[in-house]
Amino acid sequence: MLATLIRLLDDFDLAEEALHDAFAAAVEQWETEGVPANPRAWLVSTGRFKAIDRLRRDARLENVDSSMIDKIEASPDPFRSDDELEDDRLRLIFTCCHPALSPDARIALTLREVCGLTTEEVAHAFLTPPPTLAQRIVRAKSKIREARIPYEIPERAELPERLDSVLHVIYLVFNEGYLASSGESLTRADLSGEAIRLGRLVAELLPEPEVIGLLALMILHDARRAARSGPAGEIILLEDQDRSLWNRAQIDEGVELVERAIQSHRFGPYTQQAAIAAVHAEARDAKSTDWRQIVGLYDVLLRTDPSPVVELNRAAAVAMSEGPAAGLALIDSILVRGDLVDYHLAHAARGDLCRRLGRVAEAIVSYETALRLTTQTAERDFMTRRLEELRLTSPR
Amino acid sequence: MKYLCLIYDDERLFATTPKPEMDKMMSEYRAFGESIKKSGHHIAGYQLQPIDTATTLRSRNGKVSTTDGPFAETKEQLGGFYLIEAKDLNDALQVASRIPSVKTGSIEVRPIVEHQATAKPAEALAGSSAA
Repeated sequence: MLATLIRLLDDFDLAEEALHDAFAAAVEQWETEGVPANPRAWLVSTGRFKAIDRLRRDARLENVDSSMIDKIEASPDPFRSDDELEDDRLRLIFTCCHPALSPDARIALTLREVCGLTTEEVAHAFLTPPPTLAQRIVRAKSKIREARIPYEIPERAELPERLDSVLHVIYLVFNEGYLASSGESLTRADLSGEAIRLGRLVAELLPEPEVIGLLALMILHDARRAARSGPAGEIILLEDQDRSLWNRAQIDEGVELVERAIQSHRFGPYTQQAAIAAVHAEARDAKSTDWRQIVGLYDVLLRTDPSPVVELNRAAAVAMSEGPAAGLALIDSILVRGDLVDYHLAHAARGDLCRRLGRVAEAIVSYETALRLTTQTAERDFMTRRLEELRLTSPR
Repeated sequence: MKYLCLIYDDERLFATTPKPEMDKMMSEYRAFGESIKKSGHHIAGYQLQPIDTATTLRSRNGKVSTTDGPFAETKEQLGGFYLIEAKDLNDALQVASRIPSVKTGSIEVRPIVEHQATAKPAEALAGSSAA
């Protein structure tokens, strides 16, 4: 309904106020007169009238352009069908995720306008002071208005790039919630849920293969949530996780979605990552995982979306299928090139492989580097624990 | 709605570009200019003389200072612009993405501030006397 009002009124703030007014009116009127046949239509059309009232009031107080009121009054019957209501939501998502807005602003605006989170909730989840976040939203709305970012679903030719931007926003929101340590993570875990809900919505409105692939990826990761950390919030690595804690229903759904995306033969990196997650999810334990298939999937991913981080993940899979020495050689070749030297997980992975190879002194150096580069509490604790174990085996 | 498309490019690169390539660029610009005239987007468009012909003025406390060129040393310089009429930002971006320099430099798209009709004050007066 908010999305429809934004389209009709062409103004985010006015639409929010109008919807608020409409709900207030509903509380009074529905109690005495009963709930109307189509409550959503009632709210949208009441919201529209309330907005016109507001504009009239403002126009009397200050000298405001009345052409806006004429325009809204002239617009056709605001509510046509539920389909159009859905189109309005999709329009709103594309506007909030427009590449002309800064990435931070896209996330904040999407969570607020599409997911309905308050400014305080978004600020808390992203560990940002509320005034900073409010400022970010105000600036984004003003850019939408002043630069006239249109409220529309992009045309075919623009769709891939614009959809990429939407998927990227959703994935960033998911990771923000997923990668957070447990302890303070209550509200942040909600972010993952919010991202999945958003993914479902887009998949329903625009069932493109990569949308389905991303949804699958998020659901498969989320299925492991309960097993990823111990009672004190400590990190438990994939190979050590109690797989009975994995959410089977989510895994089944995720696997089914991956298969659907792959069948399209038009899938991309999100689907490929989801396929890797699906192979992990279907294995009974780390040993019986089909590592060869995972390496093969990483090869495909490296071709479509090459990055040092994907290379690192591939190296870890190679270590599992061909032994730690092969994996270590790959990681070293990445680091020698100068890539990922400041990425803590590259050093942690290197430390782990050295440890498996019995090269304790080297393992300690790598874990120390990793620890120095890590800021997150749970990850620091994990590395400190590993270092203590290693130092016990090799008293220096 | 009007947008200004500012074309930033590395001038030094132009100085070393061989003639056939420069000619090709110029004919691409001509074709682009024609196409946006035909589509109704074109309002104005000019190429600027190189940055060493620029003069910068400042007036502080009534004292005018005139200096040579812009101050900042940047890799890309403002080399030209188009003023266009577009339906919305997507339309403007679509036009800007076809400016030939997009392949070598960058294009900055800025919406123009459109002031409301100047008939306003009289209306406001009428409104306040009625109230």
